[in-house]
Amino acid sequence: MSILDHLPILPILIPLITAAALIPINDRNRDMKGVISVLSSAVVFVVSLSLMYAAADQPEGMPLVYLLGNWSAPYGIVLVVDRLSAVMLVLSSLVALGAQTFSMARWHRQGFHYHSLFQFMAVGINGAFLTGDMFNLFVFFEIMLGASYGLLLHGSGPMRVKKGLHYIAINLAASSLFLIGVSLIYGATGTLNMADLALRIGQLNVENRMLMEAGAALLGIAFLVKAAMWPLGFWLPGAYAAASPPSAAFFAILTKVGAYILLRFSMLLFGAGAGPSAGFGLSVLLYGGLATILFGLIGVLASQALGRLAAYCIIVSSGTLLTAIGIADRAVIAGALLYLVTSTLAACALFLLIELVERARDAGADVLAVTMEAYGDSDDDQVETEVGVAVPGTMAVLGLCFVVTAMLLAGLPPFSGFLAKVSILHGLFGSGPPGAAINFQGLSGAQWAYVALLILSGLSTLIAMNRVGIRTFWISLEGTVPRIYMIEIAPILLLLGACAVLTLGAGSAISYLEATADALVRPQGYIESVLSVPRIASPRGD
Amino acid sequence: MELVLSAGIGVLAASGIWLLFRPRTYQVIIGLSLLSYAVNLFIFGMGRLRVDAPPIIEKGGAGGLLTHADPLPQALVLTAIVIGFAMTALFLVVLLASRGFSGNDHVDGRE
Repeated sequence: MSILDHLPILPILIPLITAAALIPINDRNRDMKGVISVLSSAVVFVVSLSLMYAAADQPEGMPLVYLLGNWSAPYGIVLVVDRLSAVMLVLSSLVALGAQTFSMARWHRQGFHYHSLFQFMAVGINGAFLTGDMFNLFVFFEIMLGASYGLLLHGSGPMRVKKGLHYIAINLAASSLFLIGVSLIYGATGTLNMADLALRIGQLNVENRMLMEAGAALLGIAFLVKAAMWPLGFWLPGAYAAASPPSAAFFAILTKVGAYILLRFSMLLFGAGAGPSAGFGLSVLLYGGLATILFGLIGVLASQALGRLAAYCIIVSSGTLLTAIGIADRAVIAGALLYLVTSTLAACALFLLIELVERARDAGADVLAVTMEAYGDSDDDQVETEVGVAVPGTMAVLGLCFVVTAMLLAGLPPFSGFLAKVSILHGLFGSGPPGAAINFQGLSGAQWAYVALLILSGLSTLIAMNRVGIRTFWISLEGTVPRIYMIEIAPILLLLGACAVLTLGAGSAISYLEATADALVRPQGYIESVLSVPRIASPRGD
Repeated sequence: MELVLSAGIGVLAASGIWLLFRPRTYQVIIGLSLLSYAVNLFIFGMGRLRVDAPPIIEKGGAGGLLTHADPLPQALVLTAIVIGFAMTALFLVVLLASRGFSGNDHVDGRE
């Protein structure tokens, strides 16, 4: 077995080892800890990229399967890398890399063990993307949540503690539902392995099917809380707006973990092979997703503080994804995946930008200095150390980044946000050959509502971002130009650059994601390869 | 035995949920703890209730769910207890911090 065969475990192991190794190092050596941590995130990024290429090379959408402990599935636990999890890994490591680099400028000085918490959260997120087993999903979810509590509270202050309290209470309650759901499913089917479960769901008798569906519904609620579906997402705007900017930027991926699992379960467990349970819960996702877009759209227009605006953008993108999962059409899912990648990168960049932009605004000009309260007891006694070189032409660079982020989030051409929305619409209107007549009749009322909300949400994002942009960049009272360092602007450029790459290489990105959606809609390849992977013969021969 | 267990789970869960909706942080944390006890018992119950059945097969022996208890929920419940305990401890710290900042024990920091 070559070292390359061990690639699937590395996105979990590398952050875990880094996080543990950083704990004993004294926090006075923060910069060194930060460099180690950023390097490890960079390595995870490279590993994820190579996993993505490896997953793309697999024939027929077969996943790479890694047997932990060398027990064959379904008895042992497995890690599964298919195209979807590989793309999520790349996304999460890119977001981690950006947010963490940003934190090195000043935020990691606000509390202890920032980088360890960051790496632990990466462990949880990557694990949730990789695992092929429900109980491990719970464990990785809890690692992710545990670290996210720490990151949310990082920097302290009354606002963060209050919002942190709410966030933790809601997530602990949701975790209870998660456990009840998992154990009900185990009680009804006798397995926790997702591939094995997909096989058994089709053959359940009536009583067990009822129990299994009840379990799946409870599980779904737990993930919908995480994905912030209306009405389960009221905690999100307050919590994300209160978090320190790099933490909030990393949190941009958290709702996507919920959406990822819902997508995975809907397609794998409740696909065509599920017998009477096929399509279970899809209508909840469809209508819930529509309500979420509407709620987010109103929130985007109503929010004055930038942090809340960004949080509502996350709710809009979450709703767009959930609705696309609810429609469960191959072409729509492919477009939604491109949207997922773009909106996560853009939201992450926006959370980082907010801090820099607000530094430019003088506190008096902003009536709603609510967020300032959160920075209440910041370290006044600490001397501001210079971190690297200041950026020349600050306002121009900031303004340009802001415009690009707004265009990405609103879905304006020519960027990938636009391409993603077009491919969702293209999927909805029937993906015939170019030039073929558009199928207007085949759409249901909910699908028309989706089309309308997709366009309206883009418009409202554009209006809200315009308003903020004008207020910040054009009518700033004293015109104070903030000092912004390379290390702060570089991550934003990195994230926006990734979107630019996605725009330029949109053809290959979409064909990759279409193959991903194909494999999701037809999960037989996934199920067969997980259950048929042979054990590795041990050198002793037993 | 089934009745006792299910009544126990029901009472714990109901009290937990009621406390969870109360306005004091202390009530919330006790509510979350009760809820997690109920969940742990529930997971245990999902392995089917058996008295005096070993969860481990002797070496060379054959076993099945007729003669043995299901070991998996027992392993799951251990994990769930550990995680639940850690999260409750963390919540307690945040609760104290919130009390320190706001001077009262209301979940919103003000009456």
